[in-house]
Amino acid sequence: MKNSVMMGAGYILVHTPDLVVHYGTTQTSERIVNPGSEYLKQIKTSLRTYDRVRSYYPNQTYIGNITPFDLAKIDGPWQNLTCPVDDRYGPFGEIMPQDEFYLLIQAVDEFELVFLEKGFVETTKTKLAGDPIISSYILSRIRDGIESERVNNMVESGEAEGLYMDDRLVGAVKKAHAFDPNLSAHVMVENLVSKASSTLALLYAVRNAGIDRREVEYTIDCSEEACGDMNQRGGGNFAKATAEIAELSRSTGCDIRGFCAAPSHAVIVAAGLVKAGIFKTVAVTAGGSTAKLGMNGKDHVKKGLPILEDVLGGFAVIISANDGINPEINTDSIGWHAVGTGSAPQNVISSLATDPLDKLGLKVTDIDYYSPEMQNPDITKPAGAGDVPAANLKMIGALAVKRGDIDRRELPAFVAKHGLPGFAPTQGHIPSGVPVMGHAREGMLRGEINRVMIIGKGSLFLGRMTNLFDGVSFIMEPNSGAEEAPAVSSEEIRRIIARSLRDFASGLLKAGENDE
Amino acid sequence: MDLENQKRVKDLTEEYGAENVVVLLGASEGEASGLAAETVTNGDPTYAGPLAGVSLGLVVYHVCEEEVKAEFDPDVYEEQVSMMEMVLDVDEIAGEMQAIREQYTQY
Repeated sequence: MKNSVMMGAGYILVHTPDLVVHYGTTQTSERIVNPGSEYLKQIKTSLRTYDRVRSYYPNQTYIGNITPFDLAKIDGPWQNLTCPVDDRYGPFGEIMPQDEFYLLIQAVDEFELVFLEKGFVETTKTKLAGDPIISSYILSRIRDGIESERVNNMVESGEAEGLYMDDRLVGAVKKAHAFDPNLSAHVMVENLVSKASSTLALLYAVRNAGIDRREVEYTIDCSEEACGDMNQRGGGNFAKATAEIAELSRSTGCDIRGFCAAPSHAVIVAAGLVKAGIFKTVAVTAGGSTAKLGMNGKDHVKKGLPILEDVLGGFAVIISANDGINPEINTDSIGWHAVGTGSAPQNVISSLATDPLDKLGLKVTDIDYYSPEMQNPDITKPAGAGDVPAANLKMIGALAVKRGDIDRRELPAFVAKHGLPGFAPTQGHIPSGVPVMGHAREGMLRGEINRVMIIGKGSLFLGRMTNLFDGVSFIMEPNSGAEEAPAVSSEEIRRIIARSLRDFASGLLKAGENDE
Repeated sequence: MDLENQKRVKDLTEEYGAENVVVLLGASEGEASGLAAETVTNGDPTYAGPLAGVSLGLVVYHVCEEEVKAEFDPDVYEEQVSMMEMVLDVDEIAGEMQAIREQYTQY
């Protein structure tokens, strides 16, 4: 049975400076713990403009205008540089501004919880209508705005959380239940933001895969939010809710959770469902997280940097039956961190990187590029977390040394040759391995890349249910050829035998006639 | 340092006494190691967690420091830590840790 293939991907960012201030947990916590802090005073002057966010190298790499292979040639930190490409749109998706995104939040709201101010809707709706990916169905879901006084009252009374543009209140998201904390206004903002950004990524993935929306039979959401009420806190189902707005009318779906490792788990499940013939085409999608906006903001501001975690991320990929063209997800060599693997780094890296290679008889150097945690080092280094992708590559290289695949002196060269720079925002699941899938697909279709390993890791201990870590990995490879023709059926065999016997019999009769 | 971990260090110190507690770190960077070490000695420098303004003065080491390595069964160390030793900037980490110990450790 042939492997499933990756038909296309969608990668989107949304610039959300006011959501950083009002919904990022670093900022909300600081307002509780240290209400008069210097950091809170400095936030406003530390936010980047939309233009600056567009001309930022890692962001242009995420939406596909720059390749990570080219980004690797440009020495960071990149926040001081201006990317020569500053387009809103790229081959994989776009960088949406905050005002238009607020309208998208209302468009994905099914319960009339999102209210926007009249003048704001009037000026912004035309802008959003200019976005070619936004369907007339989505535009039709945006309601006329209300008077600003009503918006103010909703927020002041405490029944709603505010949506701001440069501190001006332009909208409100109401709580969805009188006292259920799972349906509070704050949680509804988080979930609607996740749904809206996931929808945007999904729309791009379907477009980029070149398929009809009706071809998607199953959708998997792999974000890090949970929707439900007090009787089923994480009941779900973001996937089907998102598929509905993206008009995937023949799709059902479900949510897969696994902290940052969820996207890799989801792609593996999708590849399995397709390969097994259960569903022909599966979409994997995830929206962004408001909580993580400005997560390392205190460190950035302290070091005189702008708050670099100012964008939401979204991604989606379409996995389908082998078409003989698109890159395959090799399900013969999945890597996984098992319950009994242990937490020692060499055990972790062996289980994820080298065990799957051993199954295929490959060396560590047989993978062109490894894509582990692709966090942007501009964000993580000033926060004391180092260059995460480079650290992961060093660990894979160190294991290669221990296995004898490379000499210790070759370790720095290995990291440079087989690693890629991190270019994804630190949105948890968003940077986890999958940002490279789009670029890997393009590289394989161009015949420039042979194998890429996608590695997703997750910090399960944050949920306080287990102290375990988790991770899974899979290999992407160029297509090895189209699906075989279906095997000949027994009915067909009977027909062939019958025809042969008839031919044989008539041959005998002819021979007899000639003898006479 | 994670707020929950700060709470655990604080609780364990109250239960067993500061002189009986050694904190062992595994952070991957000198700066991150230094911040965690400062948290359990001088107090949380970010003023966000339970150790904000609480100077425990604990003994704190990174697992890759020579003093700690010497305490391990070499086979266990080889299996559990040697790969990371190859990857980390051990000298930088050890320098950070020593500076914090000299300044803040009371035991």
